[in-house]
Amino acid sequence: MSVTVVVPGPLRDLTDGRSTIGLEVAQGTVGEAFDELRRRIPSLYDRIFTEQRELRPHVNVFVSGADIRWSGGLQTPMDADAEVVILPSVSGG
Amino acid sequence: MPESAVGSGAGSGDVLVMVGTTKGAFLFTSGPERGEWQVDGPHFPGEEVYALALDQRGSGPVLWAAPGNAFFGTTLRRSRDLGASWSDKDERPVKFPEDSGLSLKHIWQIAPGPAADPDVMYLGVEPSCLFESRDGGTSWGPVQGFLEHEHRERWTPGNGGLCLHTIVQHPDDREKMLVAFSTGGVYSTEDGGASWRPRNVGVRTEFLPDKYPEFGQCVHKVVNHPSRPERLFLQNHWGLYRSDDWAESWQDIANGVPSDFGFCMAMHPHDPDTVYIVPMESDMFRCCPEAKMRVYRTRDGGASWEPMTEGLPQEDAYETVLRDALTTDTGAPAGVYFGTRSGKLYASADDGDSWMLVQDGLPPVVCVKAGVLA
Repeated sequence: MSVTVVVPGPLRDLTDGRSTIGLEVAQGTVGEAFDELRRRIPSLYDRIFTEQRELRPHVNVFVSGADIRWSGGLQTPMDADAEVVILPSVSGG
Repeated sequence: MPESAVGSGAGSGDVLVMVGTTKGAFLFTSGPERGEWQVDGPHFPGEEVYALALDQRGSGPVLWAAPGNAFFGTTLRRSRDLGASWSDKDERPVKFPEDSGLSLKHIWQIAPGPAADPDVMYLGVEPSCLFESRDGGTSWGPVQGFLEHEHRERWTPGNGGLCLHTIVQHPDDREKMLVAFSTGGVYSTEDGGASWRPRNVGVRTEFLPDKYPEFGQCVHKVVNHPSRPERLFLQNHWGLYRSDDWAESWQDIANGVPSDFGFCMAMHPHDPDTVYIVPMESDMFRCCPEAKMRVYRTRDGGASWEPMTEGLPQEDAYETVLRDALTTDTGAPAGVYFGTRSGKLYASADDGDSWMLVQDGLPPVVCVKAGVLA
């Protein structure tokens, strides 16, 4: 299945300026998509996840508009042609 | 206000002051007289820069920086052209092993290693650990003896996090090194990092029922001078100390200071008896005592301290100077520099006798490093 990952502006210097990354994944969870992203662009993956493969606390991921923290985490299912949106949270000072 | 200039315009004999803030890094340069400054920055705008370093052991100066933010983590960047350009943002060489259960939060200290081996470097990081590179900073790994220390589970974070912020090397014995972190205290190795033991005898903890535990102290900074490396000076979370035996024991040297609470401490580049501090009123009011901005200097190894006030505000100065925000250069007389949480950078070109405000309006300053370019 095809998945589109939407990359936030601050991380686009890790994708040669591209705002989206297209991924082909065999299974239908967002975790599978991120495993593929880790293989393709490990530096981008490292900015989204810690060494313990945990989503960084101030990064949010949305699948079909829903925050995955409330929809199953990395086990959140994805439909074909799903869009995975990565956004920094509202925090800081 | 300094004029804007690119850092790469500086050359041999010029002085470079690197300022890390919560919103980026700024590079200040001056000629040897250190009277007029030019500023370049912000580098890494919007990112916290807790650690900076100038490494002049190789064929040319290398600047190191550890920018990061709460969103996407911390990176380690280097510049071989005095800040005109930095290494790629996609380099993320500093990571804990997955099986450690730990994740990098901040890099608090970047320490070039022995002069004779420019490929060796060290990092102090949060959560508390010492990292080492043996290839000039290209690849890094945790010092295993420290990572796996039996006390690790009982180290607890202070307000700034569980940060290893101080790395003290012994210039004559590469097997010996000392680190300090909050909280945990001082630990040292004498076998090149294979084993570490706490070295906190005599250092008190006001925040624990046992005032003199084996470890658990909230040490804020430790300095020494390469000409007399066994003598160490320590600014504690309450307490000012000296050791004359490579941290086997510590003696109170809070003689004539308005408070022995403080964060920062800096060594004079040429005199092993001269040390600088900036006392804070208390842990509950972390501002200059009596709202007077005073740097205190000892010239007798801590037997006495004198306030340096010329050029510094002596009223309404509700300022805080953090643990890495005071430093010296290698000039003669010494340049002394500090930055405040209110975004001011002060400089002295005469061993601390007099001061000038170099810049106001910076973001909160968390780190100041300085050197004379070779």
